[in-house]
Order: sequence, then structure tokens, then C-alpha cells
Amino acid sequence: MIARADPKLIEIVVLSLRVSLTAVLLATLVALPVGAALAVASFPGRQALIVVLNALLGLPAVVVGLAIYLLLSRAGPLGSLGILFTPAAMVIAQAVLVFPLIGALARQSVADAWLEYREQLQSLGASALESALALLHDLRFSLVTIVLAAFGRAIAEVGAVMIVGGNIDGVTRVMTTAIALETSKGDLPLALGLGLVLLALVLALNVGAHFLKEGAQRRHG
Amino acid sequence: MANGSSLLPLTLERVSFAARGHAILRDIDLTIRADARTAILGPNGAGKSVLLRLCHGLLSPTSGRVRWANPERPYQPRRQAMVFQRPVLLRRSVLGNLTFALAVAGVRRADRAPRARDGLARVGLQALAFRPARVLSGGEQQRLALARAWMLKPEILFLDEPTANLDPSATREIESIIQSIHDSGTKIVMITHNLGQAQRLADEIVFVDRGRIAERSSVEQFFRNPATAEAAAFLQGELPWR
Repeated sequence: MIARADPKLIEIVVLSLRVSLTAVLLATLVALPVGAALAVASFPGRQALIVVLNALLGLPAVVVGLAIYLLLSRAGPLGSLGILFTPAAMVIAQAVLVFPLIGALARQSVADAWLEYREQLQSLGASALESALALLHDLRFSLVTIVLAAFGRAIAEVGAVMIVGGNIDGVTRVMTTAIALETSKGDLPLALGLGLVLLALVLALNVGAHFLKEGAQRRHG
Repeated sequence: MANGSSLLPLTLERVSFAARGHAILRDIDLTIRADARTAILGPNGAGKSVLLRLCHGLLSPTSGRVRWANPERPYQPRRQAMVFQRPVLLRRSVLGNLTFALAVAGVRRADRAPRARDGLARVGLQALAFRPARVLSGGEQQRLALARAWMLKPEILFLDEPTANLDPSATREIESIIQSIHDSGTKIVMITHNLGQAQRLADEIVFVDRGRIAERSSVEQFFRNPATAEAAAFLQGELPWR
């Protein structure tokens, strides 16, 4: 089925990639600056925010799904958008799900580097913003690994997209929800085929991340 | 640099510093003038590094005042610089490290590369401009750190044991650069454990012992005839053959 590129399978894989890549991109754009700011700047309530962010690492996907569902449902505060059971809703759910992962891990690596860089950057007169940007740039290879881990979590997640997407054939059916459905229906070949694609994707990502980091380490020290 | 808006002299008035209730420096009164090169000597744990960081503004005194003749203003480029024992370089090219520092100092984009190249040439690193800074040797990294500080044209440069981790030939190169920085009109204040270096590079010695300034005198005076028993004991310990 994989070999002859079953159109149905292709469609599901493409939608999965689209949803998860968009979600991770959006989450990254917000989470990296937030993580860096929490590491570098000092303001009241910073410690509390760090604790909350770290706690959110263990956020269960179904709970995120439920919360987004309530927000987007017709009677909910964002019901007027009418995006429940669309890929947009799935993007939002996955972005919320991986935001704490990217934010908390980025904060940790920036905070570790800050210990080493702090005096030098302050000596040069760098502002908190300049310092945070310089640190993010210096840690770019570690951050890629974090973002890829987030992508792995997003694309392998089933609970949230099932709830807010609804697993509608041809509209919101992604790899994980399809696997869950086909397995319960007893259509094991499609479920297995999707499972293999998912596995291969996650594996390829991790291999890529590993070699990127290794190479960068050798070149940049 | 002895014009009306000079940072110097720097005055420390009854400065004390404590960390977690433990006194590190006590009642320091010190005036640092523009002319002479100053070396700070003293045993490990005497408080030399803390003293330098208080002067540079990386630490704030627990009590007392650190006063510049004409202080730097917030959001203005810094007029003082510091070179650390272990250079902290960014994960970019050698040139990129310098242009970053120039950008932070508010230098216009078009002027950064030429000034950075000039800075590299002064420390003999122009051939390594595009190498990643973190793979340089220890001596080259410290030369780069000196170039970064120097090209910002600081009025005063603080150095915290700049050659502590280097071999003799790298140490000689660093010393000659420090001398050139002094010749270009920048005040040098340096911590060192290398007494030969203090004699080569300094005009006056500030001797710190157990959180106090035990003695301050010219280099000749300090090494020939130290005024305090602590300084004499320190020299005896460092140079037992005397």
C-alpha cells in the first residue's frame, strides 16, 4: 500500500504534516522568545511563570483537546469563528500542546548558557533583548533538536486532534486518528501502513537532528 | 583621554561586599587615576575578582559607593571594557564576534566590518576572520577577546588574570597587546598571579589581602621593599628564593 502510494494514504499523511508543521512553527515563534525572556530578564512573577511552564510539560493531550473544544464550540467564547472540526482547530490544539515543551526546554538551555555568557554580555552593555537574541542564536543547534522533539510530539499525538478535528474523512483525518479508527474497525493493513509511515517519519527526524547537531558541534565548537 | 568628560578617576568610597552574609570586601577606599597602569595582586580568595567586578559594574556593593568622575549613562555605549580569565566567545565567526560587540555598542552597520577587521589586524588574527571563534586555540581566543575590548576604544580596560590559562609564548603575545592598548591611551587595571607580568606591565600595585587593600605602592617600591608584613609574606611565598 505504501509502495503503490495509495491516494487515500497520501492525503492523510500530507494533512498530518501540514497540521503539525504549522502548529510547531506557530508555537516556536512564540515559545522561543518567551523561553529566552524567562531565562534572561528579571521581573516580578518570573519564578511562578517558570514553575507553571514546567508543569505544563506534562499536559495531557486530551485535556488540551477538551479545552480547545470548549473554546471553539458553537456556545464557546470563540464559537463565532466556526473552525471547530477543521484543520485550523487541530493546528491550534497541537500548538497549545507543544508550546510548553518548546518554551520550557528553550528556557532551560538559555538559562544554562546565560550562566556562562552573562558577565561578558553585561560587560559589553547588551540589553536583555540583545542578550536573549544572542543566546538564541548561539544555541540554534540545540534549539533545532527541541523543535524537532516538539514536532515528534505533535504528529504522534491523537487525543487532541481527535476531539477538535473529529476525524472527518477527507477533511480532518490525520495519521494518528486514522490508525485509531482503522484499528477499531479491524482494517489492519491501512492502520499498519500509516503506523509505518509515522514511525519512519519520527525516526528520520531524529536521525536528521542528531547529525545536524553533531556536525554543528564539530564545526563551531 | 584626560578631557572634561573622562570617566576617570574612579573612586571607591567605603565599599563593602558580602555574599550570603559572608564578607568578601570590607571598607575599600580606592582611587584609580588615568595615568599609571595598575596591577592588583593578592592571594587566592582575597577578593581581587570581586573588586574588579565592582569597579566594572558587574556587581553592586553591599554598602559604600563606586563613583566615576563622569559616569556612563544608561543606553549609551560603554566606555569601559573587561577581559575575563576564560574568554567568552559567541558561536559565530571570529569577525562575527567583533561585529556583534560593535552592534551592541551602537556602531552603524556599514562601519562595523571595517572596524572589526582593523581590530583583528591589531592582534594579528586577520587570517582567521572567518573561522568559528570557539575552535581557536586558547591564546587566539584571548587575543580575540582583547581585540573585542580594544576596538570599542574604552577609556579603561579591566583584565582578570588574562594569561592564567596560557603557555609562555601565548602569554608574551597577550602582554604585548596589553602594552599596545596602554600605549593607545586606555587605562589598564589588571589582576595577575604572575609577578613577572606585574613588573613588566604595571606601574603601581594594589595589594589585596583578606578583603582589604593592605598596600598600594609603585612597582619598584612593592617588590624591593613592601611596606606591610602581609605583602612581604606574599612575596616570600611566591618568590621563595628571595
